[in-house]
Amino acid sequence: MGISSETLILLATFSLKALFVIIPLFLSMAFLLYFDRKIWAAVQLRRGPNVVGAFGLLQSFADFFKLVLKEIVIPAGSDRIIFILAPLITFVLGVVAWAVIPFDYGWVLSDINVGILYIFAISSLEVYGVIMGGWASNSKYAFLGALRSAAQMISYEVSIGLIIIGVLLSTGSLNLTSIVEAQKGDFGIFHWYFLPHFPMFILFLVSALAETNRPPFDLPEAEPELVAGFQVEYSSTPFLLFMIGELMAVVLMCALGALLFLGGWLSPIPWIPDGFLWMVFKMLLIFFLFSMTKAVVPRYRYDQLMRIGWKVFLPASLFWVVLVATFIQIGIPGYSRWEVLL
Amino acid sequence: MVIAGNSRLLEILNLTLDLDNYLEFRMNPSDFVFFVFSFVTIASAVCVIFASSSVHSVLWLILSFISAAGLFILLNAEFLAMLLVVVYVGAVAVLFLFVVMMLNADPKKTKTKFSNFVPVGILTALVIFLELGVVFGGWKFSEELYINSVPSNFIIDDNTSALGNILYTNYFLSFQIAGIILLVAMIGAIILTLSKRDGVKRQDVLDQIYRDPNKSVILKDVKPGQGL
Repeated sequence: MGISSETLILLATFSLKALFVIIPLFLSMAFLLYFDRKIWAAVQLRRGPNVVGAFGLLQSFADFFKLVLKEIVIPAGSDRIIFILAPLITFVLGVVAWAVIPFDYGWVLSDINVGILYIFAISSLEVYGVIMGGWASNSKYAFLGALRSAAQMISYEVSIGLIIIGVLLSTGSLNLTSIVEAQKGDFGIFHWYFLPHFPMFILFLVSALAETNRPPFDLPEAEPELVAGFQVEYSSTPFLLFMIGELMAVVLMCALGALLFLGGWLSPIPWIPDGFLWMVFKMLLIFFLFSMTKAVVPRYRYDQLMRIGWKVFLPASLFWVVLVATFIQIGIPGYSRWEVLL
Repeated sequence: MVIAGNSRLLEILNLTLDLDNYLEFRMNPSDFVFFVFSFVTIASAVCVIFASSSVHSVLWLILSFISAAGLFILLNAEFLAMLLVVVYVGAVAVLFLFVVMMLNADPKKTKTKFSNFVPVGILTALVIFLELGVVFGGWKFSEELYINSVPSNFIIDDNTSALGNILYTNYFLSFQIAGIILLVAMIGAIILTLSKRDGVKRQDVLDQIYRDPNKSVILKDVKPGQGL
């Protein structure tokens, strides 16, 4: 009894393909962080990072080495295994979600039928990194912070789930490639889902900010008024893993927004060819929106955050689901695109 | 997509029983994944019982759920697999974990003798075993069940639409009733938290939002040395 060579070859090719996604992703993370900080600085009339490398381009790498070379402090009385496991979980989940994201037609690691559900499953697991980290630190502040962020993440996951159903109803598929292909048409940008599903596009952007703990909903780590939430006891590499994991989740939401509402790799103007660069451009566009929000919007209060999630977003998106279903039934153009799949 | 239906499973079981072919047997990729997932499911389920702290128990339970979802994928039930992760792991187990963490049970204090639980445990195990025996003893499986993992009349392009087609046609009423039962339970849980008592100040959100800034802030010109 043994493992056939077929299995080994499959594993090897798949790992190789995964590296083709992961390595560019990590490199782009470094520059996205720089991009984020530069925008933030520009809004506040500062220069931002400008010392390491030309224009400060290598700042993220300097930060990376600084954190990695520090000593890992594990608090006394903490649950050592879970304390180390929590940032690893956040980091790994941030990476594995990219397995189903298509960057161009056919440029996807795993083109599964339930792509969007897979991303939901992964992002629902991300709560565990937070709860485990907060609990294992054996500190009241970290634990309360963990409860706070877990409640926030769960609430907004429900809201994002309902928001996306409108798009899924229009497409009739859970496959991300089919969702993008359904937005293809002779008039380019006018076929994308952000037009027929405009209210949900806005709700999606706001919920994505809350789900990934970005400002103005970054209550888990609100620096001035609360200690840094669940990560208060973390330092060095574990802290770095938390940070990268969270940034990955943010960029994943950018990719999801680009795929679901902005037509993924499709070009906005009919005579310009579609391609990978459009996808990157759209992700950057949404990331830019997120960065600007961070710079210009003040932080929400916790009860306001919960109220807007459960009492505004949830009923509104539920109503939209019913409305879209009605539109499809009576055949309003632009809403039903099931014929694209057949 | 990995495909390993029940038929392949039976084939493997037959092969592993047959000692002559046992050495010849080579795992193909889906078999390999199947053995990994089933091993992790069983091992973590055992760890749920033997973990010293209750929080560790819940974490092992979550691992068990996730690997069970992996087994669902091998059966081509990808929709059920994702639902298992989203609902059980993402929602139910989080609440479990909340409660267990809040209780903050110290494993040293709650440590009781293992032998105290043995009689009850054996009794429960026997009852469940007998019940399963009664149920499966009188059950006749069709030949088709072992061959196809998806009912033959519902082979459409994917598992999700197959499930939708059967759920919203044949089992429409049961599906709706299940939904209503959940709704009633939810409303009940909300009602329990809504207790009104006198002398307790409540937050009125609309009142806060529609407050007029001109009425709530008074500007006074205070002369030096006089105060208000």
